[in-house]
Amino acid sequence: MALKLDEFIMKTLEQVRADFPILERNIHGQELVYLDNAATTLKPKSVSDRVALHYSMETSNIHRGVHLLSELATKDYEGAREKIRSFINAKEKEIIFTSGTTESINLIVNSYGRTFLKEGDEIIITEMEHHSNIVPWQMLCEQIGCVLKVVRLDEQGAISFKDFEKLLSEKTKFVSVVYISNALGTINPIREIIAASHERDIPVLIDAAQAVAHTKIDVQELDCDFLVFSGHKMFGPTGTGVLYGKKDMLEKLPPWKGGGDMILSVTFEKTIYNELPARLEAGTPNIAGFIGLGAAVDYINELGWDYIEQVEKELLDYGTAKLEEVEGLRVIGTAANKAGVISFWMDDVHPHDIGTMVDHEGIAIRTGHHCAQPVMKSFGIPATARASFSVYNTKQDFDRLAATLIKIKEMFS
Amino acid sequence: MNNEMRELYQQMILSHNKNPKNFRVIECPTHHADGHNPLCGDSLTVYLVLSDAGIIEDISFQGSGCAISKSAASMMTEKLKGLTESAALALFEQYHQLVTGKLKPDADEHGLGKLTIFSGIWEYPARVKCASLSWHTLKAALEQQAEITTE
Repeated sequence: MALKLDEFIMKTLEQVRADFPILERNIHGQELVYLDNAATTLKPKSVSDRVALHYSMETSNIHRGVHLLSELATKDYEGAREKIRSFINAKEKEIIFTSGTTESINLIVNSYGRTFLKEGDEIIITEMEHHSNIVPWQMLCEQIGCVLKVVRLDEQGAISFKDFEKLLSEKTKFVSVVYISNALGTINPIREIIAASHERDIPVLIDAAQAVAHTKIDVQELDCDFLVFSGHKMFGPTGTGVLYGKKDMLEKLPPWKGGGDMILSVTFEKTIYNELPARLEAGTPNIAGFIGLGAAVDYINELGWDYIEQVEKELLDYGTAKLEEVEGLRVIGTAANKAGVISFWMDDVHPHDIGTMVDHEGIAIRTGHHCAQPVMKSFGIPATARASFSVYNTKQDFDRLAATLIKIKEMFS
Repeated sequence: MNNEMRELYQQMILSHNKNPKNFRVIECPTHHADGHNPLCGDSLTVYLVLSDAGIIEDISFQGSGCAISKSAASMMTEKLKGLTESAALALFEQYHQLVTGKLKPDADEHGLGKLTIFSGIWEYPARVKCASLSWHTLKAALEQQAEITTE
């Protein structure tokens, strides 16, 4: 007989919650309900312990010392790279470490963009991009005269593949789109986008910052040219980011930042650059952070994608239904394919007021434009309140949020 | 709601939020400015009609914002109508001290009156800008700046 999913989840959920010590904290005298996972996820004890262990017992720089500590730190750091490689099914030498999604995108814009794009070339993005996948491209457009083309959102907060296709032309030279929207939770049709772009030999970057902790990513299956994400949105430390690139694409990239570790030899006449990945990683990296990120990958693997996707699907359905019971509440972003995020607007109560008031009931949500002002504009609202969840959230979390929203509604009417 | 929240969102604030005073456009203002709070996307415009003698004959605002920012703007317009420009700027200074927790309304001398309702806001650092956006925009209007942000 098949295991009943509910029983399975309830049992495992307690164990999962026990992995995150911060959930035992009281906030304003109430048990914490953490629904701000799209901003950053909580960290399991295995990750924070691993970072602490590095600083307390293993501190050393990497790639240069001949002493034992340096060799061990190098092994752990490169071990984390291998874990990430396997996690997204990349090949050897295809993982570049950065400080986060923002730096990964800036690397591509400055290295690939400045080398291979020219005046009049078009870059396609979508209206639901995070500012970090808009502004660097705008800066490039100002510098070299390329042009940004934007796929518009429909009323559900989704883009249609057909609208994307209409923007494709002889002038299109790069496509940079978000996998899952941080503001709306919409999952984009990236497989179709990648396939159609490749028919025209156009490289595609996927911003997987919001996707990486919510759905299994296989870069070979997706066939994207670049894929970027941040460690802190997948239970890892802040200040860790990843740039995946197909090896032949990465090999084309000139170094973006100069400094230590990215060179083979330096004289004042000529500097010879190092090989991948070091060539694109100047300076001492966030060693402890990436070793911690390796522990975060272990944690996700331990949970397994079946578990994660099942739990989050249930939470999305339950949370959406529960919040929609609140009178005057409108869910912003009702695409058929969604993950991890429920953004909403309440008549008569500004999101900012909601944020402060639910905080005093121990509930952490994000309010504002979520670094996606064009999304807000397309819905004709200045901001939303956003409940974004993860593997340790419960249906009771949404019960408490909905009950608090009803009280706020009463207070404001 | 707990007591802290009832204190922050007092009845007067909720009532100004629901029915803001002087919430309209002045067609021919002598002074006006736009204010933006990039943190939350709030924006408002403050309009003024100053007489030759520097008296605020009319003042209004328009825009979108949270309850704190809307009620602060509404109460500001109520307070300032009929005052001189220099009296308004003096109140700006006092109000600024109030919302940043430097002026204690019970101990220090001031002419803020009902505006002391915002005295508790300094305990919510993320919300101080909500309470002060309209006042910064007023100052910009009087100083003939077209636009400000509370960065």
